[in-house]
Amino acid sequence: MRREPPQRLADYGPLVFPAGMLIVFFVIPFATMIAVSFFERQQGGFYQPAFVWENYARFISLFFGKVLGFSLVLAMAVAAACVAIGVPFTYLLSRSVRNVQILWLVALLSILSLSEVMIGFAWSTLLSRTAGITNLFAYLGLMAGPQALTPSFGAVMTAMTYQALPYTVLVLYPALVRLDPTLTEAARTLGASPIRAFFTVVVPALRNTIVATLIMVFIFALGSYLLPQLLGRPQHWTLSVLITDQAIYQSNMPFAAAMAVFLVLVSLALVGLAVYAGRRREAA
Amino acid sequence: MSGLILSNVTKQFGTFTAVDDVNLSVPDGTFVCLLGPSGCGKTTLMRMIAGLDLPSTGSITLGGEDITEVPTHKRNLGMVFQSLALFPHLTVGENIAYALRIRGVDKADQKKRVDELLAMIHLSGFSDRSVNKLSGGQRQRVAIARALAISPKLFLLDEPLSALDAKLREAMQVELRQLQQRLGITTIVVTHDQREAMTMADTVVVMNGGQIRQAAAPVDIYRRPADSFVADFIGSTNLIPFAAEASGRATLLGASVDGLQLGTAKTGTISVRPEDVQLTAPGGEAITGTVTFIRDLGGTVETFVEAGGQQIVAVSSPRDRPVVTVGQAVGIRLDPETSVVLAK
Repeated sequence: MRREPPQRLADYGPLVFPAGMLIVFFVIPFATMIAVSFFERQQGGFYQPAFVWENYARFISLFFGKVLGFSLVLAMAVAAACVAIGVPFTYLLSRSVRNVQILWLVALLSILSLSEVMIGFAWSTLLSRTAGITNLFAYLGLMAGPQALTPSFGAVMTAMTYQALPYTVLVLYPALVRLDPTLTEAARTLGASPIRAFFTVVVPALRNTIVATLIMVFIFALGSYLLPQLLGRPQHWTLSVLITDQAIYQSNMPFAAAMAVFLVLVSLALVGLAVYAGRRREAA
Repeated sequence: MSGLILSNVTKQFGTFTAVDDVNLSVPDGTFVCLLGPSGCGKTTLMRMIAGLDLPSTGSITLGGEDITEVPTHKRNLGMVFQSLALFPHLTVGENIAYALRIRGVDKADQKKRVDELLAMIHLSGFSDRSVNKLSGGQRQRVAIARALAISPKLFLLDEPLSALDAKLREAMQVELRQLQQRLGITTIVVTHDQREAMTMADTVVVMNGGQIRQAAAPVDIYRRPADSFVADFIGSTNLIPFAAEASGRATLLGASVDGLQLGTAKTGTISVRPEDVQLTAPGGEAITGTVTFIRDLGGTVETFVEAGGQQIVAVSSPRDRPVVTVGQAVGIRLDPETSVVLAK
């Protein structure tokens, strides 16, 4: 099929609906948020139109710097964990029998139907001292006695990885299914053990997909604000938690908006950097 | 005993038997073609030799060593896949050096060997190119060089030339055969193209239904087919049923013929190649038939003759073309030398 560029104005017709939706549900709210980030807060009320840099100036401080740094590190750690688990898992899944594949995919999709709140409370129960998994370990003699594993950084990481893993698998799955299975067979005939073949052929051949997945999970994890509150200590709270706190509990919309805009800019910059680095390596 | 030996090799997938009790001996340095229609088990047989599939029963030995259970990566072989399976993320040079890199050969020796192989496949200077930017024939050569990088004991090729156009394919067949003779490497090629098998092989192994129907030199396969499947699959042939009479005579094509050496069988089938069918004047000892169609292809002339309710094809060169027209009665002579009695 030959694709021709649109000739007349009417040819752009099919674009009207998606473009409209995008404007109404994305461009307008985002523009509003940017505008609000420059507004002035009214004590005890809402905010009034103005153009001040005060909201941005306010979080140029060690405290917010630390929170931003922690949010980025946490999101990167979750992305790395998801890819480290997701790539080998999806590779094995794509090589298994069809019925097994369907079963796993259905199970993973069902995780997507769980809300963040449910995931958070489920993990907090599972990691608690009174009803948690450590009771089982203690019963089996692996541990002296049950102990609380939450709140902790590990608990936040575990729950966020659990939540993001289905997305990871769903993004990786099509690429791994399409990957020519004779590539690994060829590597084996050339003397590579199956594990060596995986790391020297499958992973490098999927480099672009893996980078794209890392970016997606990273952004997904940046937006998480419930799990750090449910499973972490205050030092594990991310920028998203603070944004929620400012917007909802402190009623400081302009400040919350400014933080949100800043977070978007920082993550865009990081994604841009990753893409740029990828291009450079490809050209080299 | 040296060489590659398959003993009673069987492969079952569920209830389907892909390879059925195959015995084959491939002496060192020979070129063997596994030939057969699709689904005949030839690729499965090759995958078992490579270790990519394990036989359900039977054993495989190479150079006197039982390799039936040895994993693929420890077999030290070279294999070219139908899809070629070049690594898309590596350059031509890195693809060829892959087996050396895996074995920890140092960089300088890797480069030396890669240059040697690139010269052998007439692609010197292509080392840093991306494999995605090569033509079909060039990709083919790179896949061959990659498989030969460690100078393997055994060189396997699965339908290696099927992606190339006809002209390039014929050229590559000759090149591959010359390469194999120069290196003296034991080579096994899977193919469904009989011309390819006839061009390259020392031994052609004809397979059907998971079994070896005949394994012999190309000329013998053509001249002395073991059964009607082989006779029909290799080239074209006339399959003629016969019934033996007393005193060495036999009834075939509705006539009684003398002098054919039909052995002891009472009934059976003989195979006569179209170029061995002689058309003469009717009468005498000749079988009588009627010309139904003449196909003049320029290089050869095919004459279709109906005799005893069966169609016989005779092929001759334009110089020796029979002077006949459609509807004319002709005599058919069969030479005992070239009329092969087929096993049931």
